[in-house]
Amino acid sequence: MTSILIKNGFVIDPVQGIRGDKMDIAINDGKIVKNLSNPDKTIDASGMVVMAGGVDIHSHVAGAKVNVGRTFRPEDKLQSTYAPYHGIRHMAGGTSVPTVFKTAYMYADMGYTTVIEAAMPPLYARHTHEEMRDTPIIDEAALPMFGNNWFVLDYLKRGEMDNAAAYIAWLLRSTKGYGIKCVNPGGTEAWAWGLNCLSIDDPVPYFDITPRQIVSGLMEVNEYLHLPHSLHLHSNNLGNPGNYTTTLDTLKLSEGIKPNNNFGREQVLHHTHIQFHSYGGTTWADFESKGKEVMDYINSHPAVTCDIGFVTLDETTTMTGDGPFEYHLNKLNHLKWANTDVELECGSGIVPYVYSKDVYVCGVQWSIGLEMALLAKDHMRCYLTTDHPNAGPFWRYPRIMKWLMSEKARNDVLATMKNEDKVRDRSTLGSIDRELTLYEIAQMTRAGPAKALGLGSSVGGLVPGMQADIAVYPYNPETESDPEKIEWAFSHAKYLIKSGEVILNDGEVVSNGNKKTYWVDVKTTPNRQVERDIDQTFVKYYTVNKNNYEVNEHEFMKNPCVVQIDAIQ
Amino acid sequence: MNTVTITIKKQPDLFLEADCFTPDALAGKKADEIAELPVFIGKTVEKIGDYFTVSGETGPTADETRLVFNGDFTKVKYIGAKMSTGEVVLNGDADMYVGSWMSGGKITVNGSVGHFAATAMSGGELNITGNAGNYLGAAYRGDWRGMSKGKITVAGNVGSDCATFMTGGEIEIGGNVDVHVMTHADGGKVIIHGNAKSRLGGQATRGEIYLFGTVDVMMPGYVKAGETELTIGGTKAVFTIYDGDQGERHPTRKGLPIYAKLYLKK
Amino acid sequence: MSKRLTDIICPFCGTLCDDIEVEVSDDGKQILEVYNSCAIGSEKFLHAQSPDRITRPRMKQEDGSWKETTYEEAAKYTAKILCDAKKPLMYGWSSTSCEAQSTGHMIAEQVGGVLDNTATVCHGSTLIAMQDVGIPSCTLGEVKNRADRIIFWGCNPAHAHPRHMSRYSIYSRGYFTGKGSKSRKIIVVDPRPTDSASLADEYIQVEQGRDYELLSALRAALRGAQLPDKVSGVTKEKIYEIVDILKGGRFVVIFFGMGVTHSLGKNHNIDMAIALTADLNNYTKASIIAMRGHYNVTGSGQVLGWQFGFPFCVDLSRGFARYNPGETSSNDLLMRGEVDGCLVVGSDPGSHFPIASVKKIHDIPTVCIDPHTTPTTAVSTCHVPVAIVGIEVGGSCYRMDNVPIESRKVVDPPAGMLTDAEFLGLVLKEVNHIKGVAE
Ligand SMILES: [Zn+2]
Repeated sequence: MTSILIKNGFVIDPVQGIRGDKMDIAINDGKIVKNLSNPDKTIDASGMVVMAGGVDIHSHVAGAKVNVGRTFRPEDKLQSTYAPYHGIRHMAGGTSVPTVFKTAYMYADMGYTTVIEAAMPPLYARHTHEEMRDTPIIDEAALPMFGNNWFVLDYLKRGEMDNAAAYIAWLLRSTKGYGIKCVNPGGTEAWAWGLNCLSIDDPVPYFDITPRQIVSGLMEVNEYLHLPHSLHLHSNNLGNPGNYTTTLDTLKLSEGIKPNNNFGREQVLHHTHIQFHSYGGTTWADFESKGKEVMDYINSHPAVTCDIGFVTLDETTTMTGDGPFEYHLNKLNHLKWANTDVELECGSGIVPYVYSKDVYVCGVQWSIGLEMALLAKDHMRCYLTTDHPNAGPFWRYPRIMKWLMSEKARNDVLATMKNEDKVRDRSTLGSIDRELTLYEIAQMTRAGPAKALGLGSSVGGLVPGMQADIAVYPYNPETESDPEKIEWAFSHAKYLIKSGEVILNDGEVVSNGNKKTYWVDVKTTPNRQVERDIDQTFVKYYTVNKNNYEVNEHEFMKNPCVVQIDAIQ
Repeated sequence: MNTVTITIKKQPDLFLEADCFTPDALAGKKADEIAELPVFIGKTVEKIGDYFTVSGETGPTADETRLVFNGDFTKVKYIGAKMSTGEVVLNGDADMYVGSWMSGGKITVNGSVGHFAATAMSGGELNITGNAGNYLGAAYRGDWRGMSKGKITVAGNVGSDCATFMTGGEIEIGGNVDVHVMTHADGGKVIIHGNAKSRLGGQATRGEIYLFGTVDVMMPGYVKAGETELTIGGTKAVFTIYDGDQGERHPTRKGLPIYAKLYLKK
Repeated sequence: MSKRLTDIICPFCGTLCDDIEVEVSDDGKQILEVYNSCAIGSEKFLHAQSPDRITRPRMKQEDGSWKETTYEEAAKYTAKILCDAKKPLMYGWSSTSCEAQSTGHMIAEQVGGVLDNTATVCHGSTLIAMQDVGIPSCTLGEVKNRADRIIFWGCNPAHAHPRHMSRYSIYSRGYFTGKGSKSRKIIVVDPRPTDSASLADEYIQVEQGRDYELLSALRAALRGAQLPDKVSGVTKEKIYEIVDILKGGRFVVIFFGMGVTHSLGKNHNIDMAIALTADLNNYTKASIIAMRGHYNVTGSGQVLGWQFGFPFCVDLSRGFARYNPGETSSNDLLMRGEVDGCLVVGSDPGSHFPIASVKKIHDIPTVCIDPHTTPTTAVSTCHVPVAIVGIEVGGSCYRMDNVPIESRKVVDPPAGMLTDAEFLGLVLKEVNHIKGVAE
């Protein structure tokens, strides 16, 4: 492997507290090293920003529902240029739901090297892995969904934590999953009968359990298993006016639970796309932001992290494991609706959506995301996402950075809205003059999410010994004042290095890289009852045999990277 | 207005894609420059001049440019596709995608065209003296935004799936039309002087169909709502009005549902 | 001593049964008996053993006779015709693994091929309908565990998907459906009284080609609208009665097949059936599932989807992907004379395409990769026999409800035979060589 020296860049690394000092970064054998003599390659980064490769904690980039989004929207391919096949670069198309190739190239252009697929239906795990295997460059991991799983509902209802833990460990191993995702706890199982759970005390039909018990139980099991990541939660009542009370009720469930892991993770609950969960009002007519109320809670509770799910005001494709939400969204916009309920496990829905800046609700949603990120006190606990592609496509991250870093850029958008006054009236965004620094952006986009994922010792920073994932952006923080330049520079990384290999050289893709896939293998105390339950349930209720359920690591993963944990009590 | 004449001199072995046969792409170019522009046959890139003779001169802008095509263009796709202004006259028959995605200007075809003409048209005029194939003025696959503006006139017959997902504009058909007219439409108008096969206005929420001839099988979701005398396409007649498609969701105005309307000449 | 292999996947239909047991000889070379499978599935396993099987590639000579060649020569020939063609059609992919499909796609990217699968003559209309209105659906286990109203519309599982009824639908017993068929009402809609119709609680004899109107009438009735006395040959009283049966269920599922995908209006019939399903969700829970034919046609749509963004009819000729059935669909391309070279993998257009298309396949250089001799191999210039996926080599496949299942190897292929993924790998190498691309 080549050794590389990146000279003279403005280095920003929150892990080491480096705030734009002019420094050299040395790379050898795939890792960052202290120093280097006679590098094989030298990159002159003078006048440019150097950061660790970006880490996306929540994005829908691979798997069954993403592919429905692709195949049922041929028109999405016409919304942007379909980039032709060129040298080592595969043809790459799609707009809100790009193909696997375009996904990789666009993340690379933004300087991102690690992406978490946020919702893997266990029965469809093999599909998710096949797509991740075919996605070049970026390192990935996938989170299987547990919040509506029949085993989990049964064990948690009866308070059988050991059994729940043994089952979850088995499922992570079978699906090659990375952590515990929970989407609309209980609500998606209710949706299998056309119903929903909108508060944390709504009972799940036939299962005699509430979302409250599911969320608390999963947090407890997560720490029992010492997993690298915490419970990753999309709570009940997403997207509805007045849902912030459900959100606060849910967040409070984390109180009293202590993180228990060897990965440097400090939170016990990661709440995803919090923007969609911070709505006041009672209908769309009196809809308003409660972003401040929710962010106040998060600011004062260090065991909670969040990502925002910024609305980018684009035409996009919404897709979530929250089946009933997509059904109701389709009732609002009457565009096409896909839904897949997955036996014994979960479900999902997909609906195209146009966030128009001239629709005041969309304007307010846009405001809430920015408002919350600007009110956050600790950006090591508040991350940049669009819940891709739900609130907007991931390739808009640089535009969001611009909005976060420039009050003028925000006001420019507000000024073009048809309902500017009404939008300003419904959130506090207009009164916030805070402009985030590149340091805070680096916290939100690499150091913070890496730590929350339990990957903080290897990615998200530039400490010698860490994996050499490094992005160089053509942006000079000392001289640049035009906010447009932020958006441009962070969409056009000049160099990208992944695991020590040059991926982008002078902005050109020169390698499809050597992507890897993380998964978690937890050893638990042998549990005969759970083994018996699994055997019987497969025979009686599943439509695939248990022996055909496990994802074969050798066939379906590229460079599997196993995180081994011993949770034997 | 300046005129450039493009005459076919050699038929391609397979089909030829001429994305640049629009006033927008050719304006400001000399005949010999045009002859050098690329056209595509499968994966091969060839020159306009290999298959066509080009004479005359374009205007400085597309607005002032008229393209005249002479000959048999039945193996040529995309004539007038995506044009926004100017004029195209085609003396002969053409293959698929004539005037697809056009947003302005005028196309006159003295002949017939293939499938997918005027896909997702959003403005301008398309006049065809012969017949048109399937998917005339329809949406692209998967799109809920079909033809939204502009006017299409076909003197002859039209194939199936005409005006799918139409939201506005007008199509007038002199002859007969095959199955599925204005399926999923949410606006716009289609006038049929000849006969229709079944499936007029299936799943339509808004829009109007005027039929002078007969229809094989009516959609069950259209109910009689009176009759009226109208002058349509220059012809005065009494029409029976039907409201539909009752199977579909309908928007309301002042508390009353708005329906797509089917006018059948009595 | 023989051994019994369990949890084997049947590489026949989209039901993709994964509970097959196969008895093989001690040396692992011979299949002795097949258990649990339907008659067609058994036949597929046992046929693999036919002694007259062709085991080496062969080229057609001037006089129409075949001459044996090597895999290397066949790969060279395949690469050459794909590179020489201005617009090669690369058709099939439905009876092979996702791994082979993926290798084929990488070839297509370089040679500017059009990738199309058997959906083009089967459930392509379903895919088009999904693109227009979406699809509320579920996995087959949801049907097994919950469904109490099942409609089979224009499909005859008793013949085409023999184990569907016992594994997933009519007779299966699940968590909320412990009484099996007694917990369910079965409705069959078909112009002909099929064997499946004889199992139904309600059989609706729809007029041939009038499914769209009948589905529309069901939707109108669901909204309480007035109907004409008869629609598509069915009385309005019957239509209201069916609507009541559906509304009265807790979980409705509609299965549909070729009877609606290829009758008048094609995709519009499915579109309307999907719309009916979506409407039913205003009253109860409802899902709809296509009865996909070939065991991995679904997988082909998936891999094309994630790599290029479209599920079939994918035209890569200009160096980027385009899609428009009616133009980029195999039969339109063949009959209009838009393609000048052809590769067929894992399907038999010689049996399933109209005669005009088959003639065209005969007239252009065509390589057919198929374990067996078929009507397609007869009109090809080169036949490359390969190991049978799901019997002699494993690989990823997708069930009709998109559930991915890894098929298994049961016995060795005859000595020296390649798999289609391996052969396509050789072709890719040759293409790289011709194009001067580093691997
Ligand atoms: Zn999400």
